[in-house]
Amino acid sequence: MNVDSRPRLLLSALVALILTVLPLPRWLDVLRPAFLVLTVLYWSVNAPRAGGLAIGFFAGLMLDVFQGPVLGEHALALSLITYIAVREHQRIRFKPAIQQALIVFAALMMYEVVLFMIDGWTGHPVTSPLRWVHTLSGALIWPPVAAILSYGAGHRP
Amino acid sequence: MAAFGTGAGRPLGGRGGSPGFRFTLYALLSVIVMYLDQRGHYLEQVRYVLQAAAYPLQLAVNSPPAAWRWLQETFQTREALQAENARLRAGARDLELRAMRYEDLARENGELRGLREALPPVADRWLPAEIVNIQLSSLRQRLLLNRGAANGVFKGQAVLDDRGLIGQTTHVGPWSAEVILITDPEHAVPVRVERTGLRTIAVGAGDTTSLALPYLPGNADIKTGDLLVSSGLGGVFPEGYPVARVVEVHRDAVQPLAQVRAAPLAHVDSDSDVMLVWFRADHPAAPAPPAGASGDLKSGSPTMQPQPAAPKGHAAPQADPPRAPAAPPPHPERAPLPAQETAAAASPAPPVPAAAAVPAQGRP
Repeated sequence: MNVDSRPRLLLSALVALILTVLPLPRWLDVLRPAFLVLTVLYWSVNAPRAGGLAIGFFAGLMLDVFQGPVLGEHALALSLITYIAVREHQRIRFKPAIQQALIVFAALMMYEVVLFMIDGWTGHPVTSPLRWVHTLSGALIWPPVAAILSYGAGHRP
Repeated sequence: MAAFGTGAGRPLGGRGGSPGFRFTLYALLSVIVMYLDQRGHYLEQVRYVLQAAAYPLQLAVNSPPAAWRWLQETFQTREALQAENARLRAGARDLELRAMRYEDLARENGELRGLREALPPVADRWLPAEIVNIQLSSLRQRLLLNRGAANGVFKGQAVLDDRGLIGQTTHVGPWSAEVILITDPEHAVPVRVERTGLRTIAVGAGDTTSLALPYLPGNADIKTGDLLVSSGLGGVFPEGYPVARVVEVHRDAVQPLAQVRAAPLAHVDSDSDVMLVWFRADHPAAPAPPAGASGDLKSGSPTMQPQPAAPKGHAAPQADPPRAPAAPPPHPERAPLPAQETAAAASPAPPVPAAAAVPAQGRP
């Protein structure tokens, strides 16, 4: 992808971060997908040079500041799925939206499993099953998110 | 690189080696960061800087609700303001009446304690703070306040509203501070049943409306409607501030421990203003400063560092048994750990008499 996707990447990451911390009613908050994770995944798949691991790591660090009990927790989880997305980006990119959503679901599950394990190891366990809900809503919202993020990049071959 | 479009055929090397190599680096970095943050607390400075960097964004997110509230306040009707004014005046009169009585009681109490003069109030200084209206982790009970180290806020400081305890600060940035609520499952607050003086620990239950008292034996003297006040152990909250009211007591003959649920008095959901409190360190009702925990409270104003155990008049020489052993958890996030040790110590011996206050036998 082009280098000029950098500004769009940063802008979308900022918007995603805002959506992540926007106050919502409790029931909606449980359903809230991890927007920043979805955004990072999108850019890792579609512009692995512009985005890639650095973005994944620093976005994760930002999430740690906002919601992590330990610094580095989200950074590790997000680096992991970013790495997988970057490595497999050619295979994922041209799949139909439904299959992409399934892959995203798997990635989000992996992300949450890593968080769950680190939460437990560091002594801040959250065992509520509600923590897994966002993986499903994230997968469901993936097609529109991908459509919005690809808006304006129409000249892609 | 721009000319080649997707660049599909080329390796993704570029600057920092292959993705696998770079992932290994970042993963190692994350693990090191986690280790340092968890074990050594070496990263307070890093967190401080990151929190400062995040604050503008948090304020930006907070601004629409804040603007809406400002608009509402600006365009309130005359009648509404008058009604509110009347209500406040009635409230103030009520408080003044109570305060008159309070002076008298405080003096009497001072005499009863054998002190020379009436004690000054335990709270030394109050700082109002606003809750920044953003969502921290939805899985945890946390808040963000718009006061930070620049205002002298320190880690492990008590936060109250006008009805009772709310929580304590966990991470302090330059202009903001994160608060862990007493209802967070990782938080435990040492309490005393006001009616009987029975001491125990109230642990957060994970939602804003309940606290659990998991360490009470089945025959403990506690019933619905009892008021729980902070017991002053633990080194964060001072003695005697209201915490919660017992709403449910469940005793099961086969269970050694009673299941007690309490509702916090502070209205965490509807508050927008809270109070940060500084306590007079030499006051008898002040939280006991944790011995040997001085390394933990590095941030905050230098005057707020743990004091070298001031002579406490009556309590120091004969090492008042309930106070001494329940050494307070130095790190707020580790608060439940001693509680769990306490549980382990308490559960095999179910019929502990109520007076053998549970926290007192926690640590050897």
